[in-house]
Amino acid sequence: MVTAFFETVIRAGEGTPSPWRKALALGVAGAIFPAVLLLLWWVASDRGWLAEQILPSPVYVYETARDMITSGELPYHAGVSLRRVVTGFAFGAVAGLGLGVAMGLSRRVEEYVKPLFLAFAQIPTLGWIPLLMLLVGIDEALKIIIIAKGALVPMAVNTHAGIRGVSPKYIEVGRALKFSDWQTLRFIVLPGAIPSIFTGIRYGLTHSWTSLVGVELLASSEGLGYLLVWGRQMFWLDTVIVAMIVIGLVGFVMDKGLDRSEILIQRWKREEI
Amino acid sequence: MTAAIASTRLIRFRRGVTLPILLLIAWEVSSRIGLADPRFLPSLEDVAITAKRELVDHDLIGELAFSLMRNIAGFLIGCVAGVAFASLLALSRTADVLITPTFNGLKQISLLAWIPLISVWFGFGEQAKIAFVALAAFIPIVLNTYEGMRNAPADLVEVGRALRFNARQRILRIFLPAAMPSIATGVHLGLIYSWLATVGAEYFLSVGPGIGGLVIAGRERFDMALVMVGVLILGLVGFLFNRFAYALESYLLRWRPQQE
Repeated sequence: MVTAFFETVIRAGEGTPSPWRKALALGVAGAIFPAVLLLLWWVASDRGWLAEQILPSPVYVYETARDMITSGELPYHAGVSLRRVVTGFAFGAVAGLGLGVAMGLSRRVEEYVKPLFLAFAQIPTLGWIPLLMLLVGIDEALKIIIIAKGALVPMAVNTHAGIRGVSPKYIEVGRALKFSDWQTLRFIVLPGAIPSIFTGIRYGLTHSWTSLVGVELLASSEGLGYLLVWGRQMFWLDTVIVAMIVIGLVGFVMDKGLDRSEILIQRWKREEI
Repeated sequence: MTAAIASTRLIRFRRGVTLPILLLIAWEVSSRIGLADPRFLPSLEDVAITAKRELVDHDLIGELAFSLMRNIAGFLIGCVAGVAFASLLALSRTADVLITPTFNGLKQISLLAWIPLISVWFGFGEQAKIAFVALAAFIPIVLNTYEGMRNAPADLVEVGRALRFNARQRILRIFLPAAMPSIATGVHLGLIYSWLATVGAEYFLSVGPGIGGLVIAGRERFDMALVMVGVLILGLVGFLFNRFAYALESYLLRWRPQQE
């Protein structure tokens, strides 16, 4: 019977000609599962089937979230984390873009730098943290370097691949039109490499965000990662869950935002087709 | 002709090793003449001695084996669970509509942020570490398998319907082979993520035997040489996994016509 009900919901979603109603029906259907989970969670903690130390009641988590927002604690820690990510990502993305462009445009640079770069890139970000902790301490510099490294590798790899992927035919056309080097770069190579560069930005931002959580878990006295460690040590699982949700939300918003701007920037590409 | 190719290869090789060699020389010289504090930059010799000490006296191989075992156990669990879960989502319309949005929401949570909850649910021991590694492999494998199965060519699915394949036949004969390139990508990513997660688990959960534990111990004792040895091994294993995944991918996809 339950399945029959779902089938009706889905049918309703598929059968209607209006895309809005379809989206609404799918949205409702997608909300059922989390709602059931939430209900189960609530009942289980309300009846005491689950110990508070294993999973606190959703009501409790909600109250904690509210308290942390009104007291300014949550915005403060989220702000610290965001500032770190933005700074680190900016450094890493610019450096990665420069490295990628240099390796993409010059075979010589590629041959000199790429093997060393790849060797460095093999070591996971988490591996660098203890090493850098000894070198630069556990201050802000450590976090910025780690986050920048997270952005640099995908940025450089994708920019490089994007430039190398530009079809030689177009460059040939540019040569026939007697383009200068700058014109070739501006009108042929860069537009051709943009989709790939965007992939790099997206992966770079995701990696930066993951690196941030890692470095804040290991060495920080503020930020969302610190909230996780602190909550875990105090056995305040409500704090832990609130921090997890915020980490997920910020990641989601950043990813969606990039998705939108990618569509905006690449409008010409769609129009062409 | 071959001589020309050989000489360009030689040039490329020479250029490739130039920077690393210069770096090593700068390192060695600066530690020899006391330009850098040996606590921060131990000499190459120190690093080699530490590596040998760990290898001979402290059972480095055993630590590595511990890490790899954890990694492989978690990876296999994540792999099997991931393919099964993705098949469910891709093949059952009901499951897709109901569960996929929730999964997409949960996957936004950065992997490392799960560690505190996992440590509460599974303790600090081996189980927690393997659970975390499995989660790390699970997510990319689900995403890619799902993608691959959803994009199975419609005409193949049609043929299956015409031949009245049952569910098992449809999965084994149509959807799994059609999704194989995508699954291979997922497995590749899963392998990389699970190694990252193994290191993460060893950092954040209890210190036990393992390469991550070795690095953390080195940091606590301010033993830079030990940290370097550990980091070097982390990179090396990651590199080998990557190579292995490429080889596996091209083996699994050998039936596919070569592109260009």
